[in-house]
Amino acid sequence: MRPRYENLGSRDTRSGFGAGLLELGEKDERIVALSADLASSVKMDAFAQRFPHRFFQCGVAEANMIGVAAGLAGSGFIPFVGTFANFATGRVYDQIRQSVCYSGKAVKIAASHAGLTLGEDGATHQMLEDIGLMRGLPGMTVISPCDYNQTRLAALRAAYWEWPVYLRFGRPSVPNFTPPDDPTFQVGKIQVLLEGKDGVIFATGHLVWHALQAAYALEAEGLEIAVVNVHTLKPVDVEGIATYLARTPVVVSAEEHQLWNGLGDIVSWVATQHYPRRVVRVAVQDTFGESGKPDELLEKYGLSTAHIIAAVRKAIANA
Amino acid sequence: MGVSAYFCFVAEDLSRIAAQVRRDIVRMVYLAQSGHPGGALGAADILTALYFAHLRHKPYPWNPTGLGEDVFILSNGHICAAWYSILARSGYFPVSELATFRRINSRLQGHPATKEGLPGVRVATGSLGQGLSVAIGYALGKRLAGDPHEVYVMLGDGEINEGQIWEGVLFAAHHQVGNLIAIIDRNYKQIDGDTRTVLNTDPLEAKWEAFGWEVLPLHEAHDLPTILRTLSEARQKAHQKRPIVIIAYTIMGKGVDFMENDHNWHGKPPNKDQFEKAIAQLPETLGDF
Repeated sequence: MRPRYENLGSRDTRSGFGAGLLELGEKDERIVALSADLASSVKMDAFAQRFPHRFFQCGVAEANMIGVAAGLAGSGFIPFVGTFANFATGRVYDQIRQSVCYSGKAVKIAASHAGLTLGEDGATHQMLEDIGLMRGLPGMTVISPCDYNQTRLAALRAAYWEWPVYLRFGRPSVPNFTPPDDPTFQVGKIQVLLEGKDGVIFATGHLVWHALQAAYALEAEGLEIAVVNVHTLKPVDVEGIATYLARTPVVVSAEEHQLWNGLGDIVSWVATQHYPRRVVRVAVQDTFGESGKPDELLEKYGLSTAHIIAAVRKAIANA
Repeated sequence: MGVSAYFCFVAEDLSRIAAQVRRDIVRMVYLAQSGHPGGALGAADILTALYFAHLRHKPYPWNPTGLGEDVFILSNGHICAAWYSILARSGYFPVSELATFRRINSRLQGHPATKEGLPGVRVATGSLGQGLSVAIGYALGKRLAGDPHEVYVMLGDGEINEGQIWEGVLFAAHHQVGNLIAIIDRNYKQIDGDTRTVLNTDPLEAKWEAFGWEVLPLHEAHDLPTILRTLSEARQKAHQKRPIVIIAYTIMGKGVDFMENDHNWHGKPPNKDQFEKAIAQLPETLGDF
């Protein structure tokens, strides 16, 4: 009998980050937070109110924020910077590269509103290249948790991870289905949510829930598809991914990110190194997004549950 | 003993150190056949005054957090030949290591870096405009930790074209980062020419004042007693609400006559003839590396 993951009550992953940050602040005086005029959107406002002397409002000036955080890290503090994913990466790539990664400063970059599902704000704000940008940096750790509970846990772990961390989460309310202090969540390791002999879906972020729904739907056809949550995109759990590649030729990747440089590339890279497999990718197909409701966008850009089911069928046909 | 007599005595020693630093710079850049001699020569006096007479710092054991001492960050990292010479000669690492500048397997990277573990360097710089923000972070760290020391950061006057500098200028004033002292190496030269023709930053003092900083002009920027007085004044004015900027009117290439005030010496090593002409102007005062 395979486990049934139930929605414990939909919540936004960014609030999971906010809860984690507040808990960290209560426990550890070294935790400091910086925001670029988005404290409430990124759910840092509770921390800011509780610990005003450890919160630094930077205004709409992200480059400076990254540098200030690097200096605070250098002084022995544990800084979390929070803004939207596009302003947290592309806008400040060189600052992250030189002042953070090359300088070995363990800054924690909390990037909200990632992917298409921030919705109505449209393509200017729909960051779909950030996983690629961040995982290309030596020393950076990239974590993309799947729900509220996991985002809270990821924030707690990120604080005491000795490297810089890019923590990617989102805006909309989405199913919360992992347990609050999930012992199976380990930074740097895949998380096997469903075992299955007939295929595997590697998914990250919001699409993990959709991957589960796809796997459940395919059970009606007698198919047992595994669902693996690749919440840590760097360092890559090569062994974990290779283990699942070895078990089945039916391989799908699913991510709210561009086709390039994200989870699909990671799975394909492991496949070329360890266990050659064809990988069917569910991802944004080298295009910008647009305004709309989150579910409408997932549907239009090919990231819905139905698209994951179709990808599994295609992988079966390939196999 | 009057204050001026004290400074004259110190300045005499400092000028011997600065002379050797200049000689080190030219020898390092010549040996590597690459590097940035002009800005390094121009900043040699201020950096010497900082490290040998002003900063309360501990070369050994090296303390990366900088808590319990003054912190210095070289934001215009390309002039690091000067900084490396001064760090070595103040005890951060062996003077002999200066011979490895810009060579393979060296800790003395072309621009300052932390990866190889060079004592004295707390953050990588080179891509311009980032060091001020990092310095602000160290200053806030000192404030949070209750550390009464200051953070110093040197900026190039071409570097301040970068937008991030002005983000930091706003931030430091807004958050009243009073333990921060910036020093602008105001030589009016950048790679493509005079700052007034490349991208004019005048009136510079008025700009920083308007942004809420305490501005200290340093007109005799190669006169060691004047440098020391200005640094002391900055320290006296520190720890109030306003961040402080010293605008140091330096001469690029100072000490080598044919390099002075010539932007073409921004990032070019001397050839053999030029090296011999230059080194003849730079006395060996403390022993070469």
